[in-house]
Order: sequence, then structure tokens, then C-alpha cells
Amino acid sequence: MDNKDTGSCCQPDSKADTDQFIRMIDLNRNSHAPVIRETTSTISFRDRSDHFLARLGVNRMGHIVEPGIYRLGNPDADSPVFVSANYTLSFDALRSSLAGIDCYILVIDTKGINVWCAAGKGTFGTAEIVYRIRWSGLSDIIKHRNIILPQLSAPGVSAHEVRRLSGFNVEYGPVRARDLPEYLKTHTATPEMRRVRFTFRERLVLTPIELTHIVLPTLIAALILYLLAGPFAAFIAILIAFTGAVLFPVLYPFIPTQDFSTKGLILGAIVTIPFAATIAAGSELLLWERIVAVLTTFLLTASVTAYLALNFTGCTTHTSRTGVKKEIFRYVPLMALMAVTGMLLLIILGITRLMEVI
Amino acid sequence: MFDSYNENTLQYYPEKCINCLMCTQVCPHGVFTGGGEHVELKRPSSCMECGACAMNCPVQAIEVQSGVGCAWAMIRAALRGKDMDSADCCCNGDSC
Repeated sequence: MDNKDTGSCCQPDSKADTDQFIRMIDLNRNSHAPVIRETTSTISFRDRSDHFLARLGVNRMGHIVEPGIYRLGNPDADSPVFVSANYTLSFDALRSSLAGIDCYILVIDTKGINVWCAAGKGTFGTAEIVYRIRWSGLSDIIKHRNIILPQLSAPGVSAHEVRRLSGFNVEYGPVRARDLPEYLKTHTATPEMRRVRFTFRERLVLTPIELTHIVLPTLIAALILYLLAGPFAAFIAILIAFTGAVLFPVLYPFIPTQDFSTKGLILGAIVTIPFAATIAAGSELLLWERIVAVLTTFLLTASVTAYLALNFTGCTTHTSRTGVKKEIFRYVPLMALMAVTGMLLLIILGITRLMEVI
Repeated sequence: MFDSYNENTLQYYPEKCINCLMCTQVCPHGVFTGGGEHVELKRPSSCMECGACAMNCPVQAIEVQSGVGCAWAMIRAALRGKDMDSADCCCNGDSC
């Protein structure tokens, strides 16, 4: 039989620590231990469409894999065990990278959140791993006492605590699942495998979700601007949203300042130039109106882009909390001042034009 | 003045280090490298305060106030009158 029911094997563990721990976190629920499920390395069309929807943020918390033990290939009692988050993108990245490798995958419950974020929250953590090792009856399935975790789970997992509480030795694999075949040859990762990058492609795949976040506020802003200042202003609003949600994530490493806020101010100002030039060259407005209109455009676009840029910090792979907090105190007051000044000028312009019409 | 990221809360006490190299394995930004007697703090300003090194240091030779550097969550927490440091956020990044 391929499926081995480990539900009945609830004999006391030799590790007194584990028992104490299980009681402490109230997990001894006599719940049925899971059957071992089968999985493959093949990513089907259905998986791909699921990935696509996940990228778009559709049914955000619904891209979930059932926690438990999965067999990949024909593993035996000496086969390696990999631990994965129960987010489909994480699980699929792992299993598709393990093509041709006979192994077990222990999927833990991270509430459908990817490895790194779950580790940051603590759901991909020591307690969950120790519990899932016990719950799945892993020690009866394999002879060795070694589990391989993704490196990015380390912020939530204490390897020496897992060993103390479960008897299992934690080995941190590489950051990226696709480096696993190379890693498994020697069980050591090169410095490059240990480093997180934030490549052009990685930044690009984040942009759809950035866009979906700001669609509604953008449409509202565009409508208000359309009523206040016409279709040209409404178009600028949409362009700024695009700049903040797509251009900024893709281009920010090339903007030569360190802080996200200043990067955003610069990008916002650059994007505004053609519009400012169009306004300045227009003849239907008086000179002072043109100056105010150009100033307004710069103030509003630069401040909004800077704010969107600052908010992108959470999606990057390298900003520290200390630094982001410093940015907030340093630049948010400036952004607010710029935005308020810009809006006042816009209202003044709108009223003047209304008076002219009357 | 225009680099908010040159300082952070990472503290390393080399005299406690037992040279197990766990921090060099878990750090995603190569902040620590293997040295002779103990691990070297090579690139402290690259630290993003994820806390992986401190979590996996068996002798508490590393301290860091870990947290997610997410402006969106921190601003939201501040607006709701909550502690900015308690904020956590999760975007759809899937580096793994």
C-alpha cells in the first residue's frame, strides 16, 4: 500500500520535551494523523491559472495546499524531507524543482501565506514545525532525523529549538527552490544561493497586485480632477497611478538615491515634465495661471508618486524597519505639505476658471 | 542625510560567538561571513532586520529588533493610534 495511515500510532514519544511542548501549546487533540498524499513535479494548466490568479490577488487567501505529508516519486525511509508553506506558489515552486528526486514534502499550515512572510509573522515557525512533525508521524515514516527548510523560513524558526523539542535536525536549504538539485549534491549552498535578490522579473510580477490596490482611489481621483480641471488632469491622475504601481517598482534601483521617498519624488517629477511643458505652451490660460498649473501638477504628482514609492517598501526584499520608520518621519510631512499646497492651488485655479466662464 | 538605511538595530557580540556559522547560512543579505575565531560582521548596513540570525544563534551572540519594513502597515497602524512597531504586513512576494 502506498498510503500509510499513521493515525493510530500515538505511542508516547521518547522525547519528554516534545510531550511537554505539545501539552503547553494545547495541540494534543487526538486528531487523525494524515494519510500520505501523492504529488508530482508537474505544473498543470490548472496550477498555472491558479498562480496567475494569485498574482492578481484574486481570492487572496484561497491559494492553499492541504497540510500534511506528500510523497514525490518513490521515497523510502532514507529519503530527504522538505518542509513547505501551504501557499500554492510556494508548494508548486518546491515540487516542480524536485523533478526526479524521490522525497517527502511536509506541508505545514501557514494560512496560505508564502514562506518568508509567514516566517516574519511566526506562522512558519518553530511551534508549527514541531507540531506538524509530531502530528504527521514523520518519525515513523523515515529513519533519519533531518528536515530541509527553505532558508527564508529562518526568521520564524529556531533550528536549535526545533532540535531540542522534536529531535529533528534542521537544515536550511537555499533561498530559491530551483537551486535545490544543485544544493542536494553536497548539502551546502553557495553564497549566491544564500542571497536574496530582487530582480527585474521579480519586481515586474508584483506590479499587477500593486495596480489592483490603487484602482479605486485612482478612479475617484480622476473623476474629481475631471470635474475640477478637465480630461487632461484626469489623465495625469491615471498616469501617476501607473507610475507609482508599475514604473516605480520596475525602475527604482536605477534612481540614484537611497531613500524610496526621494526616488519617488524624482520619478514623479520626471514623469510630469511633458505635461508641464504642454501646460506651459498652452495659450488658452493666462501666464500666471499657467505658472500655477505647472506648479500644481508638479506638487501633486511628485508627492503622490513619492507616497506610493514609500509604500512599496513592504514589498521589497531589503528594507529594514528602522530605515522605513526614519523615512516616514522624514518625508511624510513634506509629502503632505506638497499635496495640500497642490490641492489649494488646484482649487484656486478651478474657481478662477469658473469665474471666467461666468 | 539622504540615506535612511545606513543604521539599524543589529547588535553583534563576537566574544560570545561559537563559530557555528548558522548566521552566515540564514542571512539573506550576506551580513555575516565566516572569519577565523568567530564570525565577522561584514555588511551591517545591508541588514533588513528580518531576525533570522538572532533566532538561529544558539548562544545569543546576535540581537536585532526584528520587524517588517513596510511603510504601508506602519502608517496604517499610526493612523489607527496603534504602535507602529506592532504592524506587520504581507504583500504577495514569493521569493520562495
